[in-house]
Amino acid sequence: MKTCKIIIAEPSPIIAAGLCAFFEDTSRLQVLSVIDNIDNLHEKMIVYKPDLLIVNPLMIGLATNNIKQIAHNYPSTILVAFITTYIDKSIVRHFKETIEISDNKQKIINKIFNMLDSNDESSSQSDNFDLSNREIDVLVCVAKGMTNKDISDMLNISVHTVITHRKNIVKKTGIKSVSGLTVYALLNNLVDESEIYE
Amino acid sequence: MAELILSNPNLMLTLSRFGIELGFGDSLVKDVCKKTNVNTAFFLLICNLYTDSDFIPSQEDIKSVNINTLLSYLSQSHKYYVDERIPHIENHLNRIIEACPKKFGTTIERFFEEYKNEVKNHFCYEEETVFPYINSLCDKSSKRVFSINEFKSNHSNIEDKLNDLMNILIKYLPAEIFPKERIEISLDIVDLSSDLKYHTLVEERVLVPFVELLERQCHENM
Repeated sequence: MKTCKIIIAEPSPIIAAGLCAFFEDTSRLQVLSVIDNIDNLHEKMIVYKPDLLIVNPLMIGLATNNIKQIAHNYPSTILVAFITTYIDKSIVRHFKETIEISDNKQKIINKIFNMLDSNDESSSQSDNFDLSNREIDVLVCVAKGMTNKDISDMLNISVHTVITHRKNIVKKTGIKSVSGLTVYALLNNLVDESEIYE
Repeated sequence: MAELILSNPNLMLTLSRFGIELGFGDSLVKDVCKKTNVNTAFFLLICNLYTDSDFIPSQEDIKSVNINTLLSYLSQSHKYYVDERIPHIENHLNRIIEACPKKFGTTIERFFEEYKNEVKNHFCYEEETVFPYINSLCDKSSKRVFSINEFKSNHSNIEDKLNDLMNILIKYLPAEIFPKERIEISLDIVDLSSDLKYHTLVEERVLVPFVELLERQCHENM
């Protein structure tokens, strides 16, 4: 199992030290740095590239945009909120998980482990470059020149789902254009020439 | 001059667009430019863009651009892509297509045909709509039927399909079809798409700001 690199951003040194102590005897969790001032965040994030950022939302200012900005700047880092006081749900929901000041050691560690495991699963899924059956259905329709609306009607799925499938197809094949996807479908014998050009 | 070109051989491609011929011996950049009637500052501006893709020309750089030089440079690049690079890749591709089972061959042929049209339309639009508009701005006869903002938002990406073609050649075409030829053509495509990327940079970082400046001036004078 891979070790998980953590940065803690918490203004109170007592709390930060306490969290570090919790993680100390868990070899899978490794605290690389503790910061008590938001201005140091960027530098530490660049240097350490942590898997996990445990941050007190009070520290980054209670604005949704600040959190989104952090998530956007460091897409490979999972954001966890460390809650010491009441914080509005609209803020909290931008974090992947929350740890509360009243949580005991076991609970905190379990929360982190669960989160890491679920993250591993989703990333291993995207490593698979074979198209799923449903993606092949969509690809065939795209190759035939159907619109997203046509495809959603034919396969009985929402347009939104069609778009998601198409995004995944592009990601897996590396081919963006419709005509390129048509070539791909033909080379893999997913469609017949006569079905495409009439 | 030789030192400059040897330090970044990509620049070689730009020389013929400026009408600069090889064989300049040990002449200085400014002497070579003077001899061929090329504005040295503009030549260096292009060299900078080709060397550092983060390079952003300053307001002064933009102001000092001579529009005729810029437009002729861009047209020359278009000509080079359409008359030389694309036919070259097409020749390679045709040999691959001939070796393919017929139904694969036909689709790849169609694909490339579509790509060619896309590129031609892209350049045509620039030369028949955008460039004349800029000229009309310069001689102040513009009727404001168009704005560079339209160009900015319409500036389509002509590299996607090349990238698709690479993926098909590398990953999906059966292994036994002309492996050597495929490597060669793939390398050609890499060259072409990197040159196209620089070409787009010149349009976005020099042409667009220059015209925006012109538009503002025209507006103030109206």
